[in-house]
Amino acid sequence: MTEKSSLTKAELVTLLSTFIDPNLIIADQETQRPYECDGLSMYCQMPLLVVLPETLDQVQGLLKICHQYGIPVVPRGAGTGLCAGAMPDKNGVVLSLAKFNQILDIDPVARMARVEPGVRNLAISEAAAEFGLYYGPDPSSQIACTLGGNVAENSGGVHCLKYGLTVHNILKIKMFTVEGKLISLGCEGLDSAGMDLVALITGSEGLLGVVTEITVKLLPIPEKAQVVMAAFDSVQKAGDAVGQIIAQGIIPAGLEMMDGHAIRAAEDFAKAGYPLDAEALLLCEVDGTKEEVHEHIEQVELAFQQLGAFEVRVSQNEAERALLWKGRKSAFPAVGRISPDYYCMDGTIPRGQLAYVLTEMQKLSEYYGLRVANVFHAGDGNLHPLILFDANIPGEFEKTEEFGARILELCVKVGGCITGEHGVGVEKIRQMHSQFSEQELAQFHAIKDAFDSAGTLNPGKGVPLLRHCQEYRTLEKPAPSGGNH
Amino acid sequence: MADISEELIEQVHHARNAKSPLNIIGGGSKRFYGRDIRGAALSMTEHRGVVSYQPVELVLTARAGTPLVEIEALLNEHQQMLSFEPPLFEGRATLGGTLACNFSGPVRPWGGSVRDQVLGIRLINGKAEHLRFGGQVMKNVAGYDVTRLQAGALGAFGIITEISLKVLPRPAATATLVQEVTMAQAINLMNQRSRESRPLSGACWTDGKLYLRLSGTERAVEGTLKLWSGEELHNADQFWQKLREQKLPFFNSKSELKRLDESAGRLSAGEPLWRFTVKPSSSEILPAGDWLIDWGGAQRWLRGNYDMQELEILAEAAQGQVSCYRGGNRQIDTFHRQPEVLQLIQKRLKAAFDPEGLFNPGRLYSWL
Ligand SMILES: Cc1cc2nc3c(=O)[nH]c(=O)nc-3n(C[C@H](O)[C@H](O)[C@H](O)COP(=O)(O)OP(=O)(O)OC[C@H]3O[C@@H](n4cnc5c(N)ncnc54)[C@H](O)[C@@H]3O)c2cc1C
Repeated sequence: MTEKSSLTKAELVTLLSTFIDPNLIIADQETQRPYECDGLSMYCQMPLLVVLPETLDQVQGLLKICHQYGIPVVPRGAGTGLCAGAMPDKNGVVLSLAKFNQILDIDPVARMARVEPGVRNLAISEAAAEFGLYYGPDPSSQIACTLGGNVAENSGGVHCLKYGLTVHNILKIKMFTVEGKLISLGCEGLDSAGMDLVALITGSEGLLGVVTEITVKLLPIPEKAQVVMAAFDSVQKAGDAVGQIIAQGIIPAGLEMMDGHAIRAAEDFAKAGYPLDAEALLLCEVDGTKEEVHEHIEQVELAFQQLGAFEVRVSQNEAERALLWKGRKSAFPAVGRISPDYYCMDGTIPRGQLAYVLTEMQKLSEYYGLRVANVFHAGDGNLHPLILFDANIPGEFEKTEEFGARILELCVKVGGCITGEHGVGVEKIRQMHSQFSEQELAQFHAIKDAFDSAGTLNPGKGVPLLRHCQEYRTLEKPAPSGGNH
Repeated sequence: MADISEELIEQVHHARNAKSPLNIIGGGSKRFYGRDIRGAALSMTEHRGVVSYQPVELVLTARAGTPLVEIEALLNEHQQMLSFEPPLFEGRATLGGTLACNFSGPVRPWGGSVRDQVLGIRLINGKAEHLRFGGQVMKNVAGYDVTRLQAGALGAFGIITEISLKVLPRPAATATLVQEVTMAQAINLMNQRSRESRPLSGACWTDGKLYLRLSGTERAVEGTLKLWSGEELHNADQFWQKLREQKLPFFNSKSELKRLDESAGRLSAGEPLWRFTVKPSSSEILPAGDWLIDWGGAQRWLRGNYDMQELEILAEAAQGQVSCYRGGNRQIDTFHRQPEVLQLIQKRLKAAFDPEGLFNPGRLYSWL
């Protein structure tokens, strides 16, 4: 039972110190500072406490106390999230899982690994490489982000077109409920009895439980991978080419697109050899057996030429492949160099709408007077428009946010969604109203209630309060530009 | 090809007012599955038809009562397919039932399951609200994944009315290698082959033989045939079809299961068929049993009369679970036991969608 009479900060520290090393309980502002936000630094909040437990018993003890006194708990991995999902609650505890950074077991025969939630995404593939295996989902943040965060956000990456998202690559989860009860979901087989609770937890943004162990599938490292770069003089042509490649029956391992702004920024940064006069660039990676790659590369190369690419280049060796990808992978920091700040959006649309949405976005860009660079997972229609702005100019961030909201609404309008992989968190909570009805949102709240009726686990994230919508709708202004389609 | 969702909503209103539970039935092809239940039959067969299909998008949306055979025929015209190879059960299996039972065929470890490929649903909940979750795009993390939660829930949360899912291009070539090995050798070999970057798309052991299927580009399949041991099997499609439809001799020989008693709407007890879902590399679980091994070792079928609790212990030792798939006593629980804390969460979740317990009460678990 939750006791409403809460504890003071000092009392909570004293209580936690009886079983957690006091050095791992951060109560002072200066040391707390790095935890005030996640990767979306525009959203900041200082917490009551930051705690970094070292054992499962400590996590459980902390959860029990917080539950008893109704203290909010915000789970945190590496803090690379891009939706303010790990942003602290001012009256709550940030529960960092950073100390849980061990790979518990790799089973090369059954092709699976059991890891703690604080293990970095890339660390799994690094450890599995000696067995010729790797972990499929590869978010661009993979050197830093944790598996716990990946599960919470259902993260994807460049290769999820062929190998799936986090939800497709995990078998089993152990987690604490908000009351501190340990539960185990899924099994080491491919499915388990009844409703799919593993899927429900994946992507639940730390609102339903604290994940403490994950069993992931490992895949054989492909015998060969090659990438084709194709440059186009219009976004329209490149957008159409994406659909055509897939219509030919080829599922590339990755199919990424960059627009003019992004190409020039990335080339300046990475010297990947991208043609500077291109208005759109596609990178299409094919992997598999040597024979398979050979066959598909020929088809892709020919298709790009027929679809009007003015330059097509196929990587001839690993170094060239790495270089072509380097430009793409460093595109975010590269764009960071051409603008004081940028704001990354994450809507997903049907592939067939790519050209239309990019054109509309250009109109919005002109309306708001803000540049937008596009670097994204074209193969699955997952856009990452980067709105370029200067936070030092008063009002510019607000304008940027409004522009971003319009982009997301446009995505929904063409049959897409407001977030493909970054999550809702605090950031997109208002746009949830454009994707879901009040009844649907109420259904989400009922699910949350089933796990956390007091609502103390990561409060204020993911699903908007229903009464919010009233306020929001009256604030809402009519869309400045079309989107009538 | 009608949309009868308004009528379905009406039926839920009616059930609420009358406080009488509903037994949701698609094509009726999977009545043998789960527990026997009572309840007014709610038929989905009229609610059918493909709502949209754009081959270039690799996405198809259909009403839940649409028979899979109709969907497959349409996909076939565009050289596409349901990548999870679900059983069609003489054409009676519907899309909705397939998702509710989470049934996938031999390709499952490589091609994914229906749960993996589903992108969005529409669902009528216990308040008779018609809701939409997920969507028609490949990636969508807005809100909880209510869509995939349905997989295996046996209709406990409501009436699934519409489903969008990802479809895939058909492979250019397939071939099958067969060799005689023991069950233990087969399990080893399946796991070994799965570790290679080769176009494996099926790995089954039955009747003393290991069948490995390859699907992909011509050259990849050819190349692998040369590398791997085993004889090439001709007419291999027949074997995989029968495996997919659970029609191989293993499934229906001497003790063929008794036919469905249509009037009572339930199956009279036949010899139990057990389904294990385990760590693929687990060595033999019960060496003396009558087994068929599929999914590269991850799905194992056992026939015969056993004590479920004993099998549960064995399944857990193999890091997995067991269910009584068909036959046996269907008044008691047929799915792997759930710890109390998970029972509580599942009851609360059920109540979150279906507060009055209208949909298929007791079908999944006696306590749900
Ligand atoms: C440069 C850059 C590139 C990126 N590229 C991609 C990309 O390609 N694809 C992609 O999908 N994302 C990408 N991201 C976003 C981000 O890296 C992912 O969302 C990642 O999964 C977050 O992991 P984290 O460990 O940093 O989690 P955090 O940011 O710490 O937390 C994210 C959420 O998970 C919850 N959480 C964390 N750990 C747990 C746990 N153990 N139990 C329960 N809840 C938990 C938190 O409460 C929070 O809601 C990128 C981010 C950056 C900065």
